[in-house]
Amino acid sequence: MSEPTAPYTRPLPDPTSATQPFWDAARQHRLVIQRSKKTGHYVFYPRNVSPFGAGDELEWVEVSGRGTVYSYTVARRPTAPQWADEGPYVIAIVELAEGPHLTANVVDCPPDDVKIGMPVVATYQDVTPDVTPVQFRPA
Amino acid sequence: MSLRGKAAIVGVAEFRPSRYTEGATTLGMLAQVACDAIADAGLDMAEVDGVIVENFAEAPFMAPATIAEYLGLDAAFTEIVDLGGATGAGMVSRAAAAIAAGLCETVVCTTATRRERRTNEGPRRTAASGFSGRRVDRTPSTEFDTPYGAIGANYGYAMIANRYIYEYGVTPEQLAKIAVAQRYNACHNPDALFFGQPITVDDVLNSPVIVDPLHMLEIVMPVAGAAAVVVTSAEKAARMKHPPAYLLGAGEHTTHKSITWAPSLTDSAIKAAADRAFAMAGVRREDVDIASIYDCYTITVLVSIEDAGFCKKGEGGAFVDAHNLQFDGDFPLNPHGGQLSFGQAGTAGGMSHVTEAARQIMGRGAGRQVKDCELAFVNGNGGIMSDQVSLILGRNR
Repeated sequence: MSEPTAPYTRPLPDPTSATQPFWDAARQHRLVIQRSKKTGHYVFYPRNVSPFGAGDELEWVEVSGRGTVYSYTVARRPTAPQWADEGPYVIAIVELAEGPHLTANVVDCPPDDVKIGMPVVATYQDVTPDVTPVQFRPA
Repeated sequence: MSLRGKAAIVGVAEFRPSRYTEGATTLGMLAQVACDAIADAGLDMAEVDGVIVENFAEAPFMAPATIAEYLGLDAAFTEIVDLGGATGAGMVSRAAAAIAAGLCETVVCTTATRRERRTNEGPRRTAASGFSGRRVDRTPSTEFDTPYGAIGANYGYAMIANRYIYEYGVTPEQLAKIAVAQRYNACHNPDALFFGQPITVDDVLNSPVIVDPLHMLEIVMPVAGAAAVVVTSAEKAARMKHPPAYLLGAGEHTTHKSITWAPSLTDSAIKAAADRAFAMAGVRREDVDIASIYDCYTITVLVSIEDAGFCKKGEGGAFVDAHNLQFDGDFPLNPHGGQLSFGQAGTAGGMSHVTEAARQIMGRGAGRQVKDCELAFVNGNGGIMSDQVSLILGRNR
């Protein structure tokens, strides 16, 4: 994606008490997600209640930021008006090395070079002083 | 308790899809189409003692009471169903459940979507107003998908298609054939948005790619419209004006809202929903005369045919090649044209799969009537392969 021009007009996350640690870490260019104390499975998105049931707790863990493209599309037409000034861009589901899936853009490469299974690594876009969306680039 | 044969659809009504509505209210449309369905069944309003309505913007709270009041109903049962595109199918199973449980006897299920002409005063919808433009949406998806332009449904189905191609393979021509067959059906349905506009596989493949790998003619066009059905007890259904379309089986399944957190992009919740519906009905896949399958995109139909059990996983492309999907073919699919060619009027688009299946069972398919249509499979799909509702409708209990 091209560098955004100020002011940033695209939708921004509205963190909750459960998700604030994720966004705080992203501002420091670190990727932290939760892990089940009971099962050892990693969990994303951040939440207050473990999907592994009562008696479990979720702990925050810094992870590698490495993953692969699970699937993707190249948006040839903007998916929302705020992207109307963008050429074709990639929306992808990334499978983190630790297991969980998350959606992001694959940046810093031509859209047509993106393939399923391609190794990617987290990269950070400081779009406003408060919020840094986590993106991915080829590893 | 099984719902098999406990209730039936005895009246249907539908507005012809249109690009825009001028000054209409959703409430007015919901009421009008509900009235039309009750009249179609040959019933008086006083005989209707239940109403099920969708979630609609004009009534963010107490929508069922709002519609009951507007219609002048003495309602013993009111309910809201919020299953996205599966809402219409989910209304029918819930109406049947309420009837079978003795809560009420005759339920009108109503859906409508209005659509104002886009103005030049800014975007029609913003992330702040949610995907549906209905109200502020603060879900994990708006926090973790929306900032990346993962907005609407096109991108999600495109990712499903790319993953499907990666895992199993399907050709652009095979996907296009689904759209072409449904357009053929629409050309036999004067109420379809694309009536009189046949297309070829080349037309589909030459239409612009919107989101890789989906072409414009593989993607539904949003329209305005409304659809309603009347569901009543089997006992009462036998005395109605039209031959009843009995509900023989119903099944549902949901695992996620956002496609980001779907357990799989290629194995959907339709499998569990359809297995339950077929088991309840006690019928086999090969007994089905028409498939009325939610078709927001061609890839949706391909995955649905597999997961509903009409062919094995990964063999959808070969299935499409081997069968004629037209209403007059050997696997009649969406005789009304499907949402791709009839039109997708929000949740009323999903309901169109119910109304069409009921019409075909009743023998009211006019120029697109499937011969000897006794058993219909219906699937409703909400969001990006999220909520799934499967129904089996039949001419005989």
